[in-house]
Amino acid sequence: MAQKKGQRGATSVAADDSEVVARIPLQAVLLADSFNLKFRPITLERPKVLLPLVNVPMIEYTLAWLDSVGVEEVFVFCCSHSQQVKDYLKESEWMKPSSRFSITTVESHDAISAGDALRVIYEKSVIRGDFVLISGDTISNMNLTQALQEHKERRKKDPLAVMTMIIKHSKPSNLTHQTRLGTDELLMAIDPQTKELMFYEDKVNPSIISIDKELLANNTWVYLHNNKQDCYIDICSPEVLSLFMDNFDYQHLRRHFVKGLLVDDMKDHLIDSLTSSDVRYKLHKICAFYIELGLLAVLIQSHLALPVFMYMIMGYKIFTHEIHSSYAARIDNFRSYGTISKDILQRWAYPLVPNFQYFGISSKVKLDRQGVYSAPDVVQSRSARIGATTLIGSGTTIGNHTGISNSVVGRGCTIGNNVCIDGCYIWDNVIIEDGCRLNHAIVCDGVHLSAGVVLEPGVILSFKVEVGRLITIPAYSKVSLRPQPSVQDSDEELEYADASSAVIESPCTFYTHDLFNCFSAIVACISITSMVSNRNAESSPDYSAHEVGISGVGYIWSTNEGEHEEEWRHSIAPIPEAKLIELSHAYLEEPDVAYLDVNDFLVSGEVKPDSESIGFDDGDGGDYGDSADFDKEVEATFHRALTGVNQETVILEINSLRLSCNKSHADCAGALFFSMMELGLEAPRSSNNWLLVIKLDMFGSDNDNHGVDCELYQNIAKEINKWKDLLKHYLKSVDEEASIYVVSFRFYEPYIYQLEMCICYIQFAIEVILKFEEICLETATELAPLFSIILSYLYEKDILSEDAILSWASEKEGADESDKIFVKQSESFITILHMKLIGPQNWLKEASEEEDEDNGDE
Amino acid sequence: MTRMDFEVVVLAGGASSNLSPLVSQELPKALLPVANRPVLSYVLELLEGSNLKDLIVVVEGEDAAQLVGGWISGAYADRLHVEVAAVPEGVGTAGALRSISSYLTANDVLIVSGDLVTDVPPGAIAATHRRHGAVVTTLLCSSPVSGPSDSGTSGGKEKAKKPVRHNIIGLDPTRQYLLHMATGAEVEKDIRLQKRILQAVGQMEIRADLMDAHLYAFKRTVLQDILDQKDKFQSIRQDILPYLIRTQLSSEVSRNGLVSSESGSNKSAVQDDLRWLSQHREIAPSTFQDSQPLSLKSQRDDQRSHKCCVYIANESKYCARLNSIQAFSDINRDVIGEASHLSGYSFSAQNNIIHPSAELGSKTTVGPQCMLAEGSKLGDKCSVKRSVIGRHCRIGSNVKIVNSVVMNHVTIDDGCSIQGSVICSNVQLQERVVLKDCQVGAGYIVTSGSEHKSESLARK
Repeated sequence: MAQKKGQRGATSVAADDSEVVARIPLQAVLLADSFNLKFRPITLERPKVLLPLVNVPMIEYTLAWLDSVGVEEVFVFCCSHSQQVKDYLKESEWMKPSSRFSITTVESHDAISAGDALRVIYEKSVIRGDFVLISGDTISNMNLTQALQEHKERRKKDPLAVMTMIIKHSKPSNLTHQTRLGTDELLMAIDPQTKELMFYEDKVNPSIISIDKELLANNTWVYLHNNKQDCYIDICSPEVLSLFMDNFDYQHLRRHFVKGLLVDDMKDHLIDSLTSSDVRYKLHKICAFYIELGLLAVLIQSHLALPVFMYMIMGYKIFTHEIHSSYAARIDNFRSYGTISKDILQRWAYPLVPNFQYFGISSKVKLDRQGVYSAPDVVQSRSARIGATTLIGSGTTIGNHTGISNSVVGRGCTIGNNVCIDGCYIWDNVIIEDGCRLNHAIVCDGVHLSAGVVLEPGVILSFKVEVGRLITIPAYSKVSLRPQPSVQDSDEELEYADASSAVIESPCTFYTHDLFNCFSAIVACISITSMVSNRNAESSPDYSAHEVGISGVGYIWSTNEGEHEEEWRHSIAPIPEAKLIELSHAYLEEPDVAYLDVNDFLVSGEVKPDSESIGFDDGDGGDYGDSADFDKEVEATFHRALTGVNQETVILEINSLRLSCNKSHADCAGALFFSMMELGLEAPRSSNNWLLVIKLDMFGSDNDNHGVDCELYQNIAKEINKWKDLLKHYLKSVDEEASIYVVSFRFYEPYIYQLEMCICYIQFAIEVILKFEEICLETATELAPLFSIILSYLYEKDILSEDAILSWASEKEGADESDKIFVKQSESFITILHMKLIGPQNWLKEASEEEDEDNGDE
Repeated sequence: MTRMDFEVVVLAGGASSNLSPLVSQELPKALLPVANRPVLSYVLELLEGSNLKDLIVVVEGEDAAQLVGGWISGAYADRLHVEVAAVPEGVGTAGALRSISSYLTANDVLIVSGDLVTDVPPGAIAATHRRHGAVVTTLLCSSPVSGPSDSGTSGGKEKAKKPVRHNIIGLDPTRQYLLHMATGAEVEKDIRLQKRILQAVGQMEIRADLMDAHLYAFKRTVLQDILDQKDKFQSIRQDILPYLIRTQLSSEVSRNGLVSSESGSNKSAVQDDLRWLSQHREIAPSTFQDSQPLSLKSQRDDQRSHKCCVYIANESKYCARLNSIQAFSDINRDVIGEASHLSGYSFSAQNNIIHPSAELGSKTTVGPQCMLAEGSKLGDKCSVKRSVIGRHCRIGSNVKIVNSVVMNHVTIDDGCSIQGSVICSNVQLQERVVLKDCQVGAGYIVTSGSEHKSESLARK
C-alpha cells in the first residue's frame, strides 16, 4: 500500500516536473524596424512602426495582436529612431502594470538587418522556448493557438522542425506580378501532407521556372503555390537564433534564412546520395579535427568549406500554416499601407477596427452608414460630402462643399472649402486650404497646403512640408524637409546614422521660425545639426520655389532612373490604366517568346527517345550534334577576336560558351586550335604558288618533308605564334578545373589531387594533338605533310609539353596502321623528345634493347 | 446508344526492340500473349465495352500488319469494324498518325496504345474530353510498382521498392487540367515550368506518382493541324502533347481559327475557367480594389487558350503498359492474379484456370494464380506457382515453374526448374535446365543440365 502511494507520489511529481519544463511563457520578438527604405522620406524623421495606420501607430496593432494570442513576454528590438520607440512604449498602455504582458526593449545601433537583430537577441539569451517572430508593422487578427499547437507537436516528433510560417491566400496579378499588397509574387512549394515548405522564391523573373529535381527526391507529391502571401509571422524555435548566430552572413529573414535552410536541405539529400554513411563519418571527423585546430579559416579558403558546412547545418525544416478566414498582412510599402488601411476600415481585421476600444489610445469614433467613421467632435460643414469608407479624426474641421472619400483624415486637421480628397491618408494637424485637390496621397503631420494645391496620385508629403499656392505636385513625388541623401549614402546606414536621438527634435524647433523666403543657399549635404546651428545666421536650405511654391518648404526627392520605372508598383496610388493596358499588351505579346522557347526545347535535344515508348519507338528527337555546334561557336568567337576584340574578352566568351554547352577545357582548346589552323589555311598566299623543299634539320627530319608547302607552314606558324597565349590559357587553366573536380569529390585524398592534375593536363594536350590529326585527315589534307613540323613548332613555342606528345605517341601505339601515319611521320621528333627526357645515354641503351627485341622476334 | 462521334486509333506497334527476344518476325508486339490472349485483345475488348467499334489499328511494318490483321479478322470478325493500316517502321507515333490522319473525320479522336492493359473505361475519358471541350485529354493512372512480386521465401522485402518514375505531372488544384508534363529523360532533370501557366492557376500540384497511360482524346482538327504544320514532330508523348501543354495559354492552334466552331456560348464558358482563375481581385478582401480593365484583354485572350485535360483513373483501377520485359511478366502475373477480372476467364475454386483438356500427372500441383491452357500436359510431381502456361506444352516430371510465362508448344524435359522467366513458343528445355530471370526466344533449345541466370537466350 505504502509502496503504491509512493509510486503515485513519484509519478505525480514527475508529471509536475514535465509541466514545469513545458511551461515556458510564450515569448515574442517584435522587430520595430523594417530594415528597408521603402517608407522614405517619412522614416527619416519617425520610425516606421510609429507611423499612424488609420490614426493608430502601427506598433499598436502588432502589440494588440500579440496580446490577444496570449504572448506573455515581448522583446521589442529597436534600431533606427530607437529613442522614439522607447519613449512611445514608455507612455503607452502596454508598459503600465495593467498590461497583460511585459515589454522589454532591446536596442542596437549597428544592426542593419533582421539577421543582426536576431543575433543581438541571441546574445541577450532571453529566449527560452518557442517564440513568435513578428515585425512591428504587421496587422493580424488570427488565432495562433492552432498554429502553435501544430508547431509544438511537430517539434516533439521532429526536433529539426524549427519554424512555422504563416501564409495566406493572395493571388498576384498576372499583369503586374505583384499582390494587392504591392509585394512581389512569391513561389513556394509545399508538401500537401506535412505542410513542409520545400521551396521559397520571391524573385521569380524568368518565364521558365526551374525547380531542383531534388524537390521530388523523397516526395511524389508537391504543391507549387503562386497564390500565397507570406504574412511575416513566424513561430520559431530557439534554434533559429543560434542558426543566425552560426551563419553570420544571414541578413534577410526570407532571402537568406529561409532559402538557406531549404537549399541546405537539398544539399543534404545530395550528399546523402553521393556518399555512403562511412564517408560521412569521415567527413564529420575531418570537420571536428579542423575546428579543433582552429583551422576554420583554412577550411573556408579551400573548397572544403562547402561540404563541411553542408554537413553542419543541414536538415532543418520549415513548415507552413495557412490561415483562411483570419487577416494577416504586413505593411511593406506604400501600396500595402493603402490596402491595409482600407481593409481595416472595412473591418476585415476585426476586432482591430477604428471604433473598437482595443488600443491604448482610446478612440471614440462612431461608425455611420457606408463605412464612414467620424469622431464626435468633428466640425463639418453641412455642404461637405463624406463618401464611403472614410475616417475623420477628432478635432478636425471640414469646410463647405468639400468632398472626402476613401480616405483617412487624422486629428486636428483643418480642411478648407471646395477641397476634394480621394484615397488619401492625411495625418494629424494638417492644414489644407481652399480649393485643393488631393488624389491618392499620403500627407504627414503638420503639412500645410496653401489654396489651390493639387497633389497628383502617389504623392508623399513628409512631415511639416509646406506647399505654396496653386502648385501642382507631380505624380509619385516625395517631398520632405530633409534633403535627399546623396546616392552613395543612400544605403541603410544613413537612416540609422541620423537616427541618433539628439537630432530628433531639431525639425520642430527648426520650423518655429519664420524661415520661408529668406534662405540663402546652403549645400544640400549639410547635416541637420549644422543647419540648426546655422539657422540664426540666416543661411539655410534653399527650397526651390518652383517645386513647392513661393511660400513652400521642402525638397522634392528625385528618383533614380531605374526606380522611377517601378514607382507605380509600390505607390499608394492605384496602378494607372495606361500602365495596365501597356502591361496587358506585353502579356499578350509574351507568348511569342514562349513559343521560341518551344523551339529551343526541341533543338537543344532535351527531348530524347527512351525505351518507354510503345512499338513505335519514338525516333531520334534531338541531339543535332552538340559538339559540331560548339566548334562552330568557338570558331565564330575566335574570328571576332581577329577583328580586334581583345584576348581576354575572347577567353571570357569562350568560357561562357563552354559552360553553356557543358564542355571541358579540352574541347575549348581543341576547337580553338581548329580555328587557328583554318585561319592559317585561309591566309592569302602569294600568287606564284610554287613548292619549296625545305630542310628542317633541327630534328634531322628525313625525306618525308620533301614537297612541303613552305608558305603554308609559315602562315600557320604565324597564326600559332600570334595566338599561342590564347591556346596556352586553355591548356594551363586545366589545372584549375582539375582541382575543382578533385576537391569536390576526393577532398579527403590529397595525393590523388596531385595525380589527377597532371593527368588532366596531359589529357588536354592530347586532345589538341588528336584534333590536329583529325584536321589533317579530314578537313585539310594539304596540312598532312606538315604535321610533324607543326607539332615540333608547337613544342618549341611551349604550347605542348614533351609529356603530352610522348603520351600521345604511346597512346597511338596500339592503334591501327592507318592511324599511325602521323606518329610515324613525327617519329624522329618523338625520338628526340624521348632522348631529352631520359637523357641520351639511357635512350641509346633503351633503343638498342628495343632493337634487340625486334631482332629476337624476327 | 447514341453515337459518340469518336474515332479510335489503336497504335499497335511493330517488332519492338526493347521486347526482344520475346517479339520476333512471327510474333509482333501486339500479339504477345497475356494470359494466353494477345495483348491487343485487351484494348479491343475495352473499346468494345465502351461501344467504340470503329477502329483503325496502326501497325509498324507490312508483315506485322498482316499478322495482326489476320488475327483480328479471325477473332473479331463480327464484333468490331477494324481497319488495319501498315506504316513504315520507325516513323514514331506522330508519324504513324500523320500517315492516317487524312482518313479521320469525326470530331474527336481517341488514340490508344495497343499495349495498354487496363480496366479504365475509355468512355470516361471521352466524356471528360467532351465536357471540357478540351483539345487533348490524357488518361493518367498511378505508377505501377514494378519488380517481381516476392516469391515467398526469397525475401524480396530487403529492397525497398520505389515506384519507377514515369512522368512528372503538373495539375491544377481541381485536378482537371494538365499544366505540365515531363517524360522520359526529363523526369530525372530539374523541373522546368512555364511561369505563365502557374500564374494563371495560382497553385499547381506536382505529382511524380502518376503515369501517362497513353490513352488520349484529341480534337481532330487540332491534331491534324499540328501533324501538318509541325512535320518534325515524331512522337505524341514527346512532341505533340508537350507542345499543346506549353502553348495552352498562347494557343497557336486556335488562333488560326482551325478549331471547329462549336456553339459559341458553350465554348467561351468553358474557356473562361482558366481565365477566371487568373483574375486579380478574385479573393481580395477589399471590395474597392483597383478595377482593372480586364475586359480589354479578355476578348483577344479567350481565343488564345486551349485546354489540356486529364482523366485520373481511380487507384483501384488496373492500368499498365506492356513496354518492357519486366512489364510483360508483371502484367501476366497481375492478369491472372490481382487483376483477374481483366482476363475474362472464370477462375476455379483454387483461384486458377486449368483448361479441361490439360493433363496433369500424379502429385503435380498447380497453385493459385496459375493458368494452364488447352492441350498442355504436365508430368508427375510438377509444381506450378503463379505462372502462365500456354497451349500444347509438353512438360516432363519433376519440373518446377514459378513466376514465369511459358508460351505455346514448349517442351520442358524432366527436372527443369524455371523461375521468373519467359519461355517463348517452340522452345525446348532439355533435362535439368535451371533458369532464373531469363528470357528464351522462340525456337531456342536449351541444352540439358545448363544453368542460366538473368540471361536473354535467343537464336542468332
